[in-house]
Amino acid sequence: MSIEILMPALSPTMTEGKLAKWHKTEGDAVKAGDIIAEIETDKATMEFEAVDEGVLEKILVAEGTEGVAVNTPIASLRGDDEKPGTSSEKSAVPAKKAEAPKAEAPKAEAKADKAVESAVTAVKTPAPELKDPAIPEGTQFVSMTVREAIREGMSEEMRRDPKVFLMGEEVAEYQGAYKISQGMLDEFGPDRVIDTPITEQGFAGLGVGAAFGGLRPIIEFMTFNFSMQAIDQIVNSAAKTLYMSGGQMGCPIVFRGPNGAAARVAAQHSQDYAAWYSHIPGLKVVAPYSAADFKGLIKAAIRDPNPVIFLENEILYGRSFEVPKLDDYVVPIGKARIAREGKDVTLVGYSIAVGHALAAAEKLAEEGIEAEVIDLRTIRPMDHDTIIQSVQKTNRIVTVEEGFPQSGIGAEIAAVMMEKAFDYLDAPVTRVHGKDVPMPYAANLEKLALVSVPEIVAAAKAVCYRK
Amino acid sequence: MAKAGKAADSAAKGGKLPPAKELLQYYRDMLLIRRFEEKAGQLYGMGLIGGFCHLYIGQEAVVVGLQACAKLGDAVITSYRDHGHMLATGMDPKGVMAELTGRAGGYSKGKGGSMHMFSREKHFYGGHGIVGAQVPLGTGLAFAQKYNKTDNVTFCYFGDGSANQGQVYESFNMAELWKLPVIYVIENNQYAMGTAINRSSAQPALHKRGESFGVVGRQVDGMSVVAVKEAGEEAVAHCRAGKGPIILEMMTYRYRGHSMSDPAKYRSKDEVTKMRAEHDPIDQVRALLLGNKMVDEDALKAIDKEVKDIVQQAADFAQESPEPDASELWTDVYVEA
Ligand SMILES: Cc1ncc(C[n+]2csc(CCOP(=O)(O)OP(=O)(O)O)c2C)c(N)n1
Ligand SMILES: [Mg+2]
Repeated sequence: MSIEILMPALSPTMTEGKLAKWHKTEGDAVKAGDIIAEIETDKATMEFEAVDEGVLEKILVAEGTEGVAVNTPIASLRGDDEKPGTSSEKSAVPAKKAEAPKAEAPKAEAKADKAVESAVTAVKTPAPELKDPAIPEGTQFVSMTVREAIREGMSEEMRRDPKVFLMGEEVAEYQGAYKISQGMLDEFGPDRVIDTPITEQGFAGLGVGAAFGGLRPIIEFMTFNFSMQAIDQIVNSAAKTLYMSGGQMGCPIVFRGPNGAAARVAAQHSQDYAAWYSHIPGLKVVAPYSAADFKGLIKAAIRDPNPVIFLENEILYGRSFEVPKLDDYVVPIGKARIAREGKDVTLVGYSIAVGHALAAAEKLAEEGIEAEVIDLRTIRPMDHDTIIQSVQKTNRIVTVEEGFPQSGIGAEIAAVMMEKAFDYLDAPVTRVHGKDVPMPYAANLEKLALVSVPEIVAAAKAVCYRK
Repeated sequence: MAKAGKAADSAAKGGKLPPAKELLQYYRDMLLIRRFEEKAGQLYGMGLIGGFCHLYIGQEAVVVGLQACAKLGDAVITSYRDHGHMLATGMDPKGVMAELTGRAGGYSKGKGGSMHMFSREKHFYGGHGIVGAQVPLGTGLAFAQKYNKTDNVTFCYFGDGSANQGQVYESFNMAELWKLPVIYVIENNQYAMGTAINRSSAQPALHKRGESFGVVGRQVDGMSVVAVKEAGEEAVAHCRAGKGPIILEMMTYRYRGHSMSDPAKYRSKDEVTKMRAEHDPIDQVRALLLGNKMVDEDALKAIDKEVKDIVQQAADFAQESPEPDASELWTDVYVEA
């Protein structure tokens, strides 16, 4: 009985990978637990262990093949059944006869029988327009992932200023839990790229003290969910001390890490904290979308003399955007960007929600509605002027965010519109947001809980009084 | 690992060989966890399980040995590496596996996933994703046990990495101050993600971490279920006698990566191979049973078959169980008053 070996999913966000190396050749005996292949994703190279026992009958995907979708058959195994103490039963996904993908045409079709892709990873992230006075005419652009952009921004600042250091869990020897700091230990050494114990309150507070002491710490939270253990130090020590000291004790520090939902990691690991930090005078809060802004804003955050909360997004890490090739590209904190121009309705969001809004704008354009998309980029201080100018033109606004509705960023924008743009509005401000429940794990519920493009399209049409 | 010895040695040293029936039970319970976890890893690779999935393979002796000391009403609480603890408290493998696949038949109706499962009936209080959080929670369960004048105890499990959380020491202090019946089980598998214990801990002998509060601590060979059981009996007696908390540092090892996406470059393959070959908790019990001629191969084969069937049924159930109904999105946010 022949068993198909399928391309495995090796991480929550993996949808495809490179079959880097076969450790076995056709005809080799395979035991459960044997390493049969090496698989490379954008995050890591992983060894792939056999779960079944038998003889490797045929290799279906040649080594070196890129972009092999999860669940593609990559080899077949002739089982020799019923060895005690091993799991030799057939894979639970019924094996279908599949054509062997050729090495030159490696985009193999996955067997999506029962496997479910998280709605999070399925998100589209269209490129925004990149108009920026800081980018001179004729500047060259390079395509870069958000991950690389953050790394470059931090590295440039660390080369510039010896007082800047990076501290957090797994940032050094492991090269970063999400590989943001890959290679930085090599370049800057263990005095400046520092692995911590799992003590968020401790190392966040230590960072604040180091900033008081004249250094410029970058404190990485493995994810912002864990910053909840440190929020007292961030709010009570980092944000308020300048004021309490009558202006003596500034705290130049960056707290950064992925924020918001990752794929299928459930309630305790999927929350958007933008609104939480946005509430606090003394903090600046930044949440970019495109790689160019990640790079320019991380540099601005590190140079800023105040505590800056720098919110990243795990799904965006692997997405590529055009980044201007400039020696020192700094994007000012506090300025929103028009990511797409339009005249009929304003869609305003931050972080990954900008991708949703841009995707919605494409859909709306098909129906003759020209949406203007504003990428807030900074949540606090918020660029009211850019939003108001847009609403003066469109007279309609929809806010988009991944976070919960109550006291959220959309609620804040709605209040500002009431106070400052009431006369320009032809329809009530409408909010689109994550559902008002903890993030569920089940794939179908997760999809319902997340903010979606159709919801934005529907809201935009509603404020345009269109069916 | 200084403390782990071969089963034969440790049984010889301790001189006390448990009866065949007891050893067979350990063998079965540990094998169930191992096979269950292997199957979970397989379903993950097939995309049927998503998100984080932390396997317990290699550490089975810890929870199996300690649950053998528990009595009805004793509470268990742990981290996200929790599948083994659930099976050991007697939770149904079908319900656990169906939670891993995010289906309606799962213990949390599919809403919690691998890291967040609970069973009031079995006194299993989760399944917690934030490192260290379960330590004050477990201390609180013990507080309730004492408050309610029961003689139950709480097994509060956490890892070597979690042992550096400040809240752990706040808990030690309160537990000793108020003589709470809590057993702090530190599963020292020597790594927290990619960080070896000596890179994160100024005092890596974790059983000594309670000393400044007066909390007693023991270091135990966590690869030997017999040694774990022995230490567990002492700890349970200590707590039930009203003497307050105790720390058991279980020297153990995880064979797999931290979670599914861990390339495990921080340790050598030899280290893993050696641990598996010389200290495997299941092989140790197997060797005791066969070496002392307490049972024959066939008896173990029958258990292998039984366990394999249970796990296969769980996997089948986990794939057949439907997704939760869409209306479940909005339920369980509040208790309906
Ligand atoms: C507060 C917090 N910080 C960081 C994490 C990310 N994280 C999850 S598990 C883990 C390592 C924990 O290691 P250990 O306590 O030794 O337990 P093990 O995984 O070895 O069982 C880390 C850093 C988290 N979940 N919570
Ligand atoms: Mg550990």
